[in-house]
Amino acid sequence: MPKDHGIGASSKRREDVRFLTGEGNYTDDINVNGQAHVFFLRSDIAHGTLNSVDTSAAEGMPGVVKVFTGADFEAVGSVPCGWQVTDKHGEPMQEPRHPVLAHGKVRHVGEPIAAVVAETLEQARDAAEAIVVDITDLPAVVDMKEAVKADAPKVHDDLTSNLCYDWGFVEENKGAVDAAFEEAAHVTTLELVNNRLVANPMEPRVAVGDYARGTGDHTLYTTSQNPHVIRLLMGAFVLGIPEHKLRVVAPDVGGGFGTKIFHYQEEAFVTFAAKACNRAVKWTSSRSEAFMSDAHGRDHVTKIELALDKDNNFTALRTDTYANMGAYLSTFAPSVPTWLHGTLMAGNYKTPLIYVNVKAVFTNTVPVDAYRGAGRPEATYQLERLIDKCAHELKVDPIKLRRQNFVMEFPYATPVAVEYDTGDYVATMDKLEEMADIAGFQKRREASEAKGKLRGFGVNCYIEACGIAPSNLVGQLGARAGLFESCTVRVNATGGLVVMTGSHSHGQGHETSFSQVVADMIGIPEEMVEIVHGDTANTPMGMGTYGSRSLAVGGSAMVRATEKIIAKATKIASHLLEASESDVELKDGAFTVAGTDKSVAWGDVTLAAYVPHNYPLEEIEPGLEETAFYDPSNFTYPSGAYACEVELDPETGQVTVERFSAADDFGNIVNPMIVTGQVHGGLAQGIGQALLENCAYDSDGQLLSASYMDYAMPRASDLPFYDVDHSCQTPCTHNPLGVKGCGEAGAIGSPAAVVNAVLDAMRSGGKDVEHIDMPVSPNRVWEAMNG
Amino acid sequence: MYNFDVEMPTTIADAVAALGREEAQPLSGGQTLIPTLKARLAAPSVLVSLHGIPEMKGVCKNDAGQVCIGGATTHATVAADAAADYPALASLAARIGDPAVRNRGTIGGSIANNDPSACYPAGVLASGATIVTNSREIAADDYFQGMFDTALEEGEIVTEVKFPVPEAAHYEKHLQPASRFPLVAVFVAKFADGVRVAVTGASENGVFRWTEAEEALSANFSADAVAGLKADGSEMISDLHGSGTYRAHLVGVMTKRAVAAMG
Repeated sequence: MPKDHGIGASSKRREDVRFLTGEGNYTDDINVNGQAHVFFLRSDIAHGTLNSVDTSAAEGMPGVVKVFTGADFEAVGSVPCGWQVTDKHGEPMQEPRHPVLAHGKVRHVGEPIAAVVAETLEQARDAAEAIVVDITDLPAVVDMKEAVKADAPKVHDDLTSNLCYDWGFVEENKGAVDAAFEEAAHVTTLELVNNRLVANPMEPRVAVGDYARGTGDHTLYTTSQNPHVIRLLMGAFVLGIPEHKLRVVAPDVGGGFGTKIFHYQEEAFVTFAAKACNRAVKWTSSRSEAFMSDAHGRDHVTKIELALDKDNNFTALRTDTYANMGAYLSTFAPSVPTWLHGTLMAGNYKTPLIYVNVKAVFTNTVPVDAYRGAGRPEATYQLERLIDKCAHELKVDPIKLRRQNFVMEFPYATPVAVEYDTGDYVATMDKLEEMADIAGFQKRREASEAKGKLRGFGVNCYIEACGIAPSNLVGQLGARAGLFESCTVRVNATGGLVVMTGSHSHGQGHETSFSQVVADMIGIPEEMVEIVHGDTANTPMGMGTYGSRSLAVGGSAMVRATEKIIAKATKIASHLLEASESDVELKDGAFTVAGTDKSVAWGDVTLAAYVPHNYPLEEIEPGLEETAFYDPSNFTYPSGAYACEVELDPETGQVTVERFSAADDFGNIVNPMIVTGQVHGGLAQGIGQALLENCAYDSDGQLLSASYMDYAMPRASDLPFYDVDHSCQTPCTHNPLGVKGCGEAGAIGSPAAVVNAVLDAMRSGGKDVEHIDMPVSPNRVWEAMNG
Repeated sequence: MYNFDVEMPTTIADAVAALGREEAQPLSGGQTLIPTLKARLAAPSVLVSLHGIPEMKGVCKNDAGQVCIGGATTHATVAADAAADYPALASLAARIGDPAVRNRGTIGGSIANNDPSACYPAGVLASGATIVTNSREIAADDYFQGMFDTALEEGEIVTEVKFPVPEAAHYEKHLQPASRFPLVAVFVAKFADGVRVAVTGASENGVFRWTEAEEALSANFSADAVAGLKADGSEMISDLHGSGTYRAHLVGVMTKRAVAAMG
C-alpha cells in the first residue's frame, strides 16, 4: 500500500504551486532600488593579443555610469579553481590566471573584454559599440591532439604548454595492466568521442550586485547551486571580502545541471562594480551569451581497451583520454575527467586490473566543467560501448557477457580506489529484462521491417559515485574545499519547524522531500515543516547541490539535526510527564510514557521550550534549535540497467527512440514521484546527447552551434514514454536514510544504450558498423550505412 | 535593438508610400526580422507594418480556380482556410515552425525573405504560382533568384500569391533537428500538363526545380520513376547537420516519398 505522507510517499511538489502560477522569485525578478545594468563586450575571436581597449567615446554616451576593462581588475584576484590535480609524475597541474575581464589576450569567443554599466541595458549596449578594441589575431587551438603538439600555439604564454596535466591512475598498476594485455586471449579496442554539450538550463544566468556604503555590506543575488561556495570563492580569492560582509543569495533557480555550480566572472564583476559605482548592478545573460559563457560539458576523446581470458572474463582495462578544459580552469574542471571519471572505470564489473590515463588540455574554447553526471557519463559511455563491441566480436550475447563479469559480492573494493558498499546488479538486470520485453523484440523488429525500417536493441549498465563526498578523501585528491553538508532545525514555539539547509534546490523538489523526512521522524504533517535554502544569511555553511548529493549528504545532516531536536524534546517531555527519559517515546507527534496512556503532544513540548515555566532549566537550556554538520564516510553507489529500442530509417538515417526502460537501484526512496521525475529528466538529457546535442567549433575557434538554430535540444516528440522502475533497493550502508541519490543516473546510463541500439539496428540491415560517434545524426547514420 | 519609427498603414497604397521613407523596411510577421533587430544586425529607421492591411489578408478562390492568398495572411490561416481547396499547401503551412510562428509568420514575409531553408518557396515554385506585388505580377519561375534573393525591387511588397491548384500534390520534409526548418524538403505538384518538383533546404542557390525528376514523373508518375535518379550534389549546402552529398541523396528520397504519398 503506497504511503500518503512521510518517507516513501509521492507527496505533491509544494514548490510547484508558485512555479506554475508565476509566483516564483528568480534572480531576474530581483530589482534593487536604483540599480544600473551591465553589458559585457565579448570577444568575437578565439585567440588574439589585446593591444588596446579604448573606452573614451563610450564613457561619454548617454546613460553611461562607468566603463570597465581588464586594467581595472589587475589588483583583483584570479577567478579560482577549486581542485588541484597532481599529475603522474607527482607534479601539480598547470594553473593559469583567470581574469575577471580579459587582459593582455583573449582566449575564447565570448570572453568578456570590457563592461559598460549604464542606466539601461540598451544604453549599455549602445556604449559598448563605441568601444574600440585593437586585437591582433593569433592562430587558435581547438583540436586537443593538435594542442599538445610541441609547435602548437599556446593558449597561456606563461605556461610551458597546453597540457594542464597528464594523469595516470592507478600509476602503480600500469605495469601489471600492460602485462595482462600481453597475456589476453582477446582484446577489444575502441576509439570514441564524448561530444561537447551546452547545459542550457531554462533560466539563463543572472547576477545582481548590491553594496551598502553605510555599512560596507555586499550582497550578491545569483543563479547558483551553491551560494556558500560562491561566497567563499569570490570573497576569499577574488575580491577579498570576508564572509561577514558578503551575503550571497540564490533564490529560486530554474535548473542548474552543473553549470550553475561554478563561480563565474560576471558574479565577481557585479559585486565589484556595485561598490565602484555605488549602485546596484544587474546582469541578465541572454541566451546567446549563455552559449559562449556558461561552462560546457563532456568533450573527451578516448581510446579504451579491454582484455579478456579464454572464458570471456574481463582481466584488464586500459584507457587513454584527452579531456578538454577550454581556455581557463572552471571551478571543478580538473576533477571531472580524473576523480569523477577514473574512479568509475570499473563500472559494474570485477575487472581486476585497470589503468586510466587522462591528458587535460587547454584550447581556445569556452571552459568545460561538470554537467549532469560529470565524468561518470564519460566513463559509463566508453565502458558500455566497449563491452558491446567486445560481445559482438566474441559473438556472445551482450547481456550474458555483462552478467558473467558483474561484481557479485559487497562491499567490493575496485582497483580504482573506491569501495562499493551495496548493490545488486543481477537484480536490476533481471528487472530490466522483464520491463524491456526482450521476448517480444523479434516481433517488433519484424513489424518495423514491414514498414521498411530497421529496429535495434541496446543495453547499458551503470554505476555512479554520488553523495559527494568524504572531505578527508577528496582533500587528499586535490579538492580545495570540504564536501560536508549542514542543517539547522529551528522549532518554533507552536510546533512548526524551519529547516535551514546548506543544500540548494533548483528543480529537485527539496522543499517537498526534505519536509517528508523531518515530518516522518517526528510524526507531524509535512505542512508543519518549512525548508529554507539559498541564502548565506539564514542557512549554515554548506556546499550546495550537485553530484546527486543533496539527500545523501544534506539529508543526512538534516536527520542528525532532527535527532538532536528529538533528543532534547524528549528530555523536556519526560520532565512534563514526570517520567524517566528512557521510558518516553515519540510517536505520531506525541510523547508517550511506555506502557501507559500518559502523553504530551509535540506542540505542548515545543511551547514549554520557549515558555519555560515548568521546565528543567537547571539541566537544559530553553529553546529548541539544533545544527548538525554531516561529512559522509564514503560515496554512495547508485546503479542500474537501461535498455533502449530504436527504429532506424535506412533511407534517411533518421533514428527514433521507440522504447526506453530504466531499472535503477537508488537505495531507499523518500518520494517515488520525484525520483521518477529526476530519471525522466536525466534520460531526456542522455538521449539528447546521444541523438541531438552537439556543441561544435570550427578550426578557427568559432562556435558553430551558438543558438537553437543549430544546437538541437531534445523536444518531447523526440522522446518515448519511458518505463522507469526503482523497486530494486539495496540501501546505502553508511548514511542514516540509506539513500544513494538519483539526479544524474538518467544522463549517465542512457547514451550508450541508445548508440548500442543504433548499431544493432544497422547490423540487422546488413551493415556491421564498429562505432558511430554521438550525436547519432541522420547524416552520420546514413554515411555509416553507405560508407 | 536600435530605435526606429513604426508606421501602421491600413492600405497597400499607404504602405507603399511609407516605404518611400529613407531606410524604411517592411515588417510582416517579423519571424526573421524581429530576431535580426534584437541581435542588432539591422538598423532600419522606420518599420512599415503590413499587419493591419485588410486587402492583404485572407484566402479565396478566383474565377480561374486559383487559390489566392493575401501577402499578410498567416500560416495558421492558410492551414485552416486553404485545406479544402489546396490541401497539400495547407499541410505545408500547418507544418511550418511552431504555433507561435504560424500565428505571426506570413506567406508574403516568407517568400520576400526567401530563406534557402524556408517551406513556402517550395510550395510556390512547384505550384507555378504567380506573385502579385503592389506594381506587377511575377511568375514563380522568375521570382526566386537565389539565396535570400528575389525579383522584388526596393519598396515593392508581395500583396498576394495566386496558386493554380494541381490535380495532386504533396510536401515531404526532412527536418533539421535543431531549427526544425527543412534540411531538405520537396514539393511535388501534378498538373494535367506535367509535373513540377521544387526543392528547398538543399541548394546554395535557394529553392530550385528538379527538372530531371519533373521529366521522369511527367512521363511516368510513380515512385519507381524517380527511384534511380540522383540530384546533383555540387551546389548543395554543407553544414553541421548534413553534407552536400547527404542533402542530394535526401532530395531523391523526399521526392520519391512525396510521389508515393500522392498514391
